Amino acid sequence: MSFLNNYIYYTGAFGLILVGLYIILVKHNLIKVIIGLGILDTGVNLFLISVGYITKGTAPIFSRPGIDSEHMVDPVPQALVLTAIVIGIAVLALALSLAIRLYQHYGTLNLRKIREQRW
Amino acid sequence: MRRIVAILLLIIVAVGISLSLAKIPFGSPETKAGRYYIDEGIKETGATNIVTSVVVNYRAFDTLGEVTVLFIAAIGLGAVLTASVGEETRKTEPASLVLYTGCRLLFPLILIFGTYIFIHGHLSPGGGFQGGAIIASGFLLIYLGCRERRISQKASKLAESLGGLVFVIIGLLGLVFGGYFLLNFLPKGTANALFSAGIIPIIYIAIGFKVGSELASIIDNLIEES
Amino acid sequence: MIFVVSFLVFLMLVGAVAASIFRDLISTVIAAALVSLIAAILFYLLQAPDVAMAEAAIGAALTAAIFIIAIRRTKRYEE
Repeated sequence: MSFLNNYIYYTGAFGLILVGLYIILVKHNLIKVIIGLGILDTGVNLFLISVGYITKGTAPIFSRPGIDSEHMVDPVPQALVLTAIVIGIAVLALALSLAIRLYQHYGTLNLRKIREQRW
Repeated sequence: MRRIVAILLLIIVAVGISLSLAKIPFGSPETKAGRYYIDEGIKETGATNIVTSVVVNYRAFDTLGEVTVLFIAAIGLGAVLTASVGEETRKTEPASLVLYTGCRLLFPLILIFGTYIFIHGHLSPGGGFQGGAIIASGFLLIYLGCRERRISQKASKLAESLGGLVFVIIGLLGLVFGGYFLLNFLPKGTANALFSAGIIPIIYIAIGFKVGSELASIIDNLIEES
Repeated sequence: MIFVVSFLVFLMLVGAVAASIFRDLISTVIAAALVSLIAAILFYLLQAPDVAMAEAAIGAALTAAIFIIAIRRTKRYEE
């Protein structure tokens, strides 16, 4: 129970990173590899936010004048992850455009068949 | 064969990550930079949302780099897909009357909601990137529900370029007025008011326009066949 | 409280494993969108409302939309 209390978020992020790596290494359909890249990205972002959490803290926004600012969570990882999410979708869109061009040139999206056709 | 090698590699990675994760305590590390931003944030910038003041004021150069990466990705996608061979278009049914009317009714509401989110970026959770994504979802609704309407290419290119230009010009004005690029040179005002926090709302409005029109043009390039 | 978080993390991992097993690519995209949605809920529980809003708008909605548009221009079933 104390293991669950302390490390549940780390386990979730870590599991997502492992599943994303498995999809990239083993599957041979190109669109599935790109989906695995997206899952890996989500796992890394979840890990970064869960490092900056302070127990029984609140969000770093001064909404009322007399709010207690002693127990606020760290704002720096949140700023980094905000940038990383937008860059993630930009990379995914560019990879999908290259996959569409590959399909129009070779007629298939199976990576083994493309490798055989090239040689 | 490949599967066995992949699983062995994943076991090595898993052991390495879990040995180092056990050393990071959950819920207690406090960095000095975060503490400084929370304590001095309102006095130095005037924005009550500390994450916004970190993204736009303290680390504004990283946001400029990220806007550049998004721009390059949108240009690359347009360049790759322009030279594509047109394939035979499939027969699609036009949308029914209920769907068409509903989409036309929802579109201005979604636009107003996205604009509200990026204007109030320095007072409540929100900001330019979130508001821009909501505006792009509104344009996606137009492509899905309304019968064969397109957004005009000229207007979206104009909005995208103007947004990026306003960001860089405000940075150069900071260089002229004070000492360094992206200095906060407008008056800070009182906290929790709409017109406060110097240049932060102006930059977020420019980013909101830019990200919204960029994501909409990405979807337009992907849908258009031949 | 801790049981709610454990259940959500378990559901997220089930969705990620299902995304690697399905053969129909549309079902894979829907499983990836489920992973993004539960990650947005976990971001809110970790007291980060800005990041939760960005992940829900960009990860769950726009990523699924551009994947489905790209699948429509190529094949639907993994071979």
